[in-house]
Amino acid sequence: MTSYDAKKIIDIHQHLHSDLPSDPALRVKALESLLVEQGLVDPKAIDAWIDLYAEEIGPKRGARVVARAWTDPAYKERLLADGTAAITEFGYQGHATGHVLAVENSDRVHNVVVCTLCSCYPFALLGMSPGWYKSAEYRARIVREPRAVLREFGVDLPENTEIRVWDSTSELRYLVLPQRPAGTEGLDEAALAALVTRNSMIGTDILKARM
Amino acid sequence: MNRVEAVAPLKARDGEPAFAEPWQAQVMAVAAALVAAGRFSAADWSNALGAEIARAEAAGRPDNAETYYQCALEALEHLAKANDLTDSTALGVRKAAWIEAYEHTPHGKPVELPPD
Repeated sequence: MTSYDAKKIIDIHQHLHSDLPSDPALRVKALESLLVEQGLVDPKAIDAWIDLYAEEIGPKRGARVVARAWTDPAYKERLLADGTAAITEFGYQGHATGHVLAVENSDRVHNVVVCTLCSCYPFALLGMSPGWYKSAEYRARIVREPRAVLREFGVDLPENTEIRVWDSTSELRYLVLPQRPAGTEGLDEAALAALVTRNSMIGTDILKARM
Repeated sequence: MNRVEAVAPLKARDGEPAFAEPWQAQVMAVAAALVAAGRFSAADWSNALGAEIARAEAAGRPDNAETYYQCALEALEHLAKANDLTDSTALGVRKAAWIEAYEHTPHGKPVELPPD
């Protein structure tokens, strides 16, 4: 029986060199530095991605799209007809976002989005995906028992509301167009956008007027 | 040219940080940049990531963000090799070089690879 296994040696090593990054961090660094050196990837593109997704966008781009659709019926029509084109009207360039289909909630239909394969997500509109969206539990259960899962999110739908679960792919992402909350008639587009939560655009939240 | 500056602390959003650690953001950024550069397609990326996640689930690994980003790293390495962008030997050598650089860089100094 050996007294030191590889894992233990690594642990001791990391303890001695507390500045040494974790194994995955070193692997990413190794891969990235090789790719950059060979000119296979642009380091500026990597940095720009991190800035964009980690700091800049968040769910607010999607929220602006939603607020515009609530206030401008012609825009809403364009959004539902061709989500990708309607979103481009804002000048958002969605790298790797693929095509976007907007699906509208109503009193009769509630839409919710999942990616059962991995976790395809409209990053350019909604920022980074939340942890639960990536979990195996959500990906499996939202398809099998959407009503129960939505209830756990605090979304208690009437029995006669139809729930549609949309499975994202790398080619097609979904944006839920939530219902405009009652009592927001006097609000302008910017004030409305502030009411729109990330989860409401995934379908796991119902909006209320916060006034 | 070697660039190693640390990623700035990533902002929490909706009460949940976008990434628990900078390397997680780095993985997604490199994958997105490779898709944008046409080294592999968005569908390749999604399939490779899906396959790794399925494997992790089958192996009973914890269902959390750490596992998810580990899978993303596996998928990225796999695609980089499958598309002849790099190979296991080069990755191993380069990782060892980084460890070496970290161990020999005084605290507070930027860590850089020695010139070849």
